[in-house]
Amino acid sequence: MLQENLRKNIDKQKGVPFVIHQYQNNGYNIVLDVNSGCVHVVDQMGYDVIACLDRLCQDQTAETIQSEETKKAVLEELSDKYSEKELLSLLPDLAELAKEGQLFAPDTHESCIGEVMKRKTVVKALCLHIAHDCNLACKYCFAEEGEYHGRRALMSFEVGKKALDFLIANSGSRRNLEVDFFGGEPLMNWQVVKDLVAYGREQEKKYDKHFRFTLTTNGVLLNDEIQEFLNKEMDNVVLSLDGRKEVNDAMRPFRNGKGSYDLIVPKFQKLADSRDQIRYYVRGTFTRNNLDFSKDVMHFADLGFKQMSIEPVVGDETDPYAIRKEDLPQIFDEYDKLAQYMIQREKEGKGFNFFHFMIDLEGGPCIAKRLSGCGSGTEYLAVTPWGDFYPCHQFVGDEDFLMGNVDEGITKPEIAEAFRGCNVYSKEKCRNCFAKFYCSGGCMANAYHFEGSLNEAYDIGCEMERKRVECAIMIKAALADLGESEA
Amino acid sequence: MKHIKTLNTQTLNNTMKKGGCGECQTSCQSACKTSCTVGNQTCEQKK
Repeated sequence: MLQENLRKNIDKQKGVPFVIHQYQNNGYNIVLDVNSGCVHVVDQMGYDVIACLDRLCQDQTAETIQSEETKKAVLEELSDKYSEKELLSLLPDLAELAKEGQLFAPDTHESCIGEVMKRKTVVKALCLHIAHDCNLACKYCFAEEGEYHGRRALMSFEVGKKALDFLIANSGSRRNLEVDFFGGEPLMNWQVVKDLVAYGREQEKKYDKHFRFTLTTNGVLLNDEIQEFLNKEMDNVVLSLDGRKEVNDAMRPFRNGKGSYDLIVPKFQKLADSRDQIRYYVRGTFTRNNLDFSKDVMHFADLGFKQMSIEPVVGDETDPYAIRKEDLPQIFDEYDKLAQYMIQREKEGKGFNFFHFMIDLEGGPCIAKRLSGCGSGTEYLAVTPWGDFYPCHQFVGDEDFLMGNVDEGITKPEIAEAFRGCNVYSKEKCRNCFAKFYCSGGCMANAYHFEGSLNEAYDIGCEMERKRVECAIMIKAALADLGESEA
Repeated sequence: MKHIKTLNTQTLNNTMKKGGCGECQTSCQSACKTSCTVGNQTCEQKK
């Protein structure tokens, strides 16, 4: 099945755009109508008939589905498997879905792309590199132990204050502003974090804004005083931990080589409980060394965490821990295992949330957001300790992407324009991908670093994203079943 | 429908009418710092 799906995907990518994506997972036959975002769970006959219609014509409408020509073709292909009466009784239902724009919906989004792209964007989020220094020496760190290919540095209050002023001044009518205290390790510059939060709280009253602060930490310096402050002021806290002790300690040691797990885990458990198990993520990275990463997520669950995320490592292909194409089958298998485990936990009343399987089919982002992507370089900027702007944290240190600074503002608007111009229709690989409205073109930094262009897409990352979307939707199907059986 | 269960009837087309306010969270600010996951964000208007 895996190979078949991969092959189908490749075939589709070479040809006409996806309108329908069908797959089978965990006993569910799933049909994703790509352009409407509608998800249909069907029986085997429904699955086969929709596949047949898709092969016959990519532009099916309520009329063509019920045409004599279609009926004949469906019967010809499937009458040895299903009764004629049953097959013909299904077509009006499918035609109804098509009429409602829920099946074989045409792509009307591309015609909106001009309108979406020409909207004036505002800066709404900053990633403040509060410390280019770290007390751990994680082996995969894209910041190179916090230094980002540069010197060790801590952001001063003055630089941070100017960054917040810049954000307020460039945020237009946008009320909710996001600031992530990032590093390196931001707790190594804790006083400045506190002072900037206090400054932000003063300014938000003056300008009718609301700051949503986030802090990403390795936990080494976490203590009761910091915890209390985080719970009072931070909308979200991201806690870095890779999973099982041996996995975490192999990649996240102190500079002396000693593992960090034993020191950090009790602090993270305490913090998560003190936040009532919401508004935080325990976040890990998996590498080639722990391709059985579903066990690390399960380990998080066993430790009592309810909000978690484990992402594939970003590393040069020469790094021994980097994910390779040949690892994909095992990674897909792990995502399947994880999805099934989550359903099981949900049934037992011990459910938890895995960031990359979150999908909100009814209340997710609008199409404008899905067409705009992650916002790096336009709505979202990273700020270095000395006040330079980059499109995002992953470009920091690459001088080609230095966009300006807190004193002069954006001095290279052409960089912002290059990022603004990237979307799922400007990237050939995305145009024909069924998952394009879920990742919105993927990570720009990965595209640039792995494929050499912002208008590319990182192939291995795309394969994993497609799998995650499939699993996320399957979980929704299973939970819908669970809801019905409990009703 | 006997053979089909539709999980969501809200289509992406419908979101064009009221969407685009820009108040939603930036994806990398949550728990994703090395991959892009926009589809799992929540619309601020529907919170």
